[in-house]
Amino acid sequence: MSALVQLKNVSKTFDVSAPWLNRVIERKPQTFLHAVSEVSFEIKRGETLALVGESGCGKSTVARLAVGLYETSTGQVIIDGHDMKASNQGTDAARAMRRKVQMIFQDPYASLNPRWRVADIVAEPIRTHKLIANGPLLDKRVAELLGLVKLTAKDGEKYPHQFSGGQRQRISIARALASNPEFLICDEPTSALDVSVQAQVLNLMKDLQREMGLTYLFISHNLQVVHHIADRVGVMYLGRIVEIGDKDEVFGAPKHPYTRMLLDAIPDLHMTGIARTPVAGEVPNPLNPPSGCAFNPRCPKKFEPCDKARPQLVSFSGREVACYAATGQDKPVDMTTALA
Amino acid sequence: MSQPLLEVKNLHIEFPTRRGILKAVEDVSFAIAPGEVLGVVGESGAGKSLTGAAIIGLLEPPGRIAGGQILLDGKRIDNLPYEQMRKIRGRQIGAIFQDPLTSLNPLYSIGRQLIETITTHLALSEAAARDRAIKLLEEVGIPAARERIEHYPHQFSGGMRQRVVIALALAAEPKVIIADEPTTALDVSIQAQIITLLKGLCRNHGTAVMLVTHDMGVIAETADRVAVMYAGRVVEIGPVADVIHKPQHPYTIGLMGSIPEFESKRDRLIQIDGAMPRLDAIPQGCAFNPRCTQVFDKCKTTRPNLMPAGATSAACWLHETRLQGAAA
Repeated sequence: MSALVQLKNVSKTFDVSAPWLNRVIERKPQTFLHAVSEVSFEIKRGETLALVGESGCGKSTVARLAVGLYETSTGQVIIDGHDMKASNQGTDAARAMRRKVQMIFQDPYASLNPRWRVADIVAEPIRTHKLIANGPLLDKRVAELLGLVKLTAKDGEKYPHQFSGGQRQRISIARALASNPEFLICDEPTSALDVSVQAQVLNLMKDLQREMGLTYLFISHNLQVVHHIADRVGVMYLGRIVEIGDKDEVFGAPKHPYTRMLLDAIPDLHMTGIARTPVAGEVPNPLNPPSGCAFNPRCPKKFEPCDKARPQLVSFSGREVACYAATGQDKPVDMTTALA
Repeated sequence: MSQPLLEVKNLHIEFPTRRGILKAVEDVSFAIAPGEVLGVVGESGAGKSLTGAAIIGLLEPPGRIAGGQILLDGKRIDNLPYEQMRKIRGRQIGAIFQDPLTSLNPLYSIGRQLIETITTHLALSEAAARDRAIKLLEEVGIPAARERIEHYPHQFSGGMRQRVVIALALAAEPKVIIADEPTTALDVSIQAQIITLLKGLCRNHGTAVMLVTHDMGVIAETADRVAVMYAGRVVEIGPVADVIHKPQHPYTIGLMGSIPEFESKRDRLIQIDGAMPRLDAIPQGCAFNPRCTQVFDKCKTTRPNLMPAGATSAACWLHETRLQGAAA
């Protein structure tokens, strides 16, 4: 099987109701936030899929679902043919799978234990998974991992606060690589870094992928970074993927109006002095999403069916896109029957 | 260029600590004309926000101005007593900060905050101030301003809050606005709206803007001139198109190359190895020399000042040799 990672119709809802007593007294109904709805994608071995979107679109939730930090409300996360659902946890097979999936977080200041030496931080996954027993072999492995991320074995003696943001993020990468993973989930790994340091980390991630055949799920709001690192791109809006496909297709000829809007909104170094057309409106409240296509209140191409039925992802010109206007499906009746 | 509205001359900012004095900003000079946007870029810790804070007189102690002058309309403002500076702040120099939530008081409605600012600085009645507040909110693009003026900050989204902050900064029609990372906390689609707004306001009111950011894209779109800061110094300053497309200082060249771009098919980004030095360990000579690919002997001993380089000015000895080469 070529796909290492598969998400099948994954949804996640959070219960954001008022406390029970308030609900009883004030007669408020339970409220649910649909953070992620029916997200499906596959990532091939050695490939990088990036998810982009604005704050609150659910991209970080997808990352946490994929790594298993959240349990899916419905749908399946399948990694290397293994269903990662909670009822399968605790078995040896599940533990072996966990080893293959690691995560790099956004904030390198919060994701490293300040009281641990760097060597212990990097050795933790090895100890947890009982890969190498304590001793010179473990020390050698830690030194090797630090070397991979361009740090020295001596740096292992130090504490996280003695490092800069970029170095800390490289320590996070070394820790993530410690258990010989195949699949790395990177949630905004460079957003907290300065641009020259970001370049160091991005170059390192690309080199490691080439050398070790890693598969990445890369979450970012920075489209230029995504364009640089990804093979395929998924654009999310209000918990759903609205367009997904090859990087050059999606960025070169965006079909969904939201993708186009995002691309137009980026300040471009070559546009010096030229005014751009700002997009109207903001992301709607996810507790009360608009009917039909969630993007319809902001969409310049909105027409009749858009606020009636939600468009589904359909294959169109080399990618999948969920938009009536782009795919030319202007018959709402057909779509409602297709939905049923 | 017309008479500059804001002039910073040889500004030094230092922090006395137990282990000696840390020089956070050294010998920074620039000027901004009316209606002009000066972008100040640099990485975290380069001293760009400190320069902004010094101009509005809000340096956090123990930080202090150790030398140089700040002139507003030809008059020195860096040595004014606190009470006099208070009158200038808000009235003549407005400020916009990065985080729109913490720059607004959560306990007061935005109308009350706006009216307070207006009546403090302008001789207007409460009712007139209210009308002005509504007009300001409309100007910064807040729909239904008449109703929204009663709302509290938490009832606004991030982008709308930043608009309120801009309205506050504009309340007394200041001549200069210091905008410190005004779009960093915002999503890209909202960022575009705010930049367009800021630029339009600056053009219509003839306000001079100092725009501090680390985002080159924002600078490219907004600024007329750019100052690039590194380790407390301006290493390059010049018109925006020249600095971005024909950078002269090796640091600026590296900085521009490390930005991922859509057009480029490069597999690897240009990276500047190492990190910016800590304030207590700024190397002798040019502060960039340990990371510079074209370093030579003079760089390690003597600190370069800004000198003409192409269409910009750069603090780099490479240009001295080029200048001499041209003269010989």
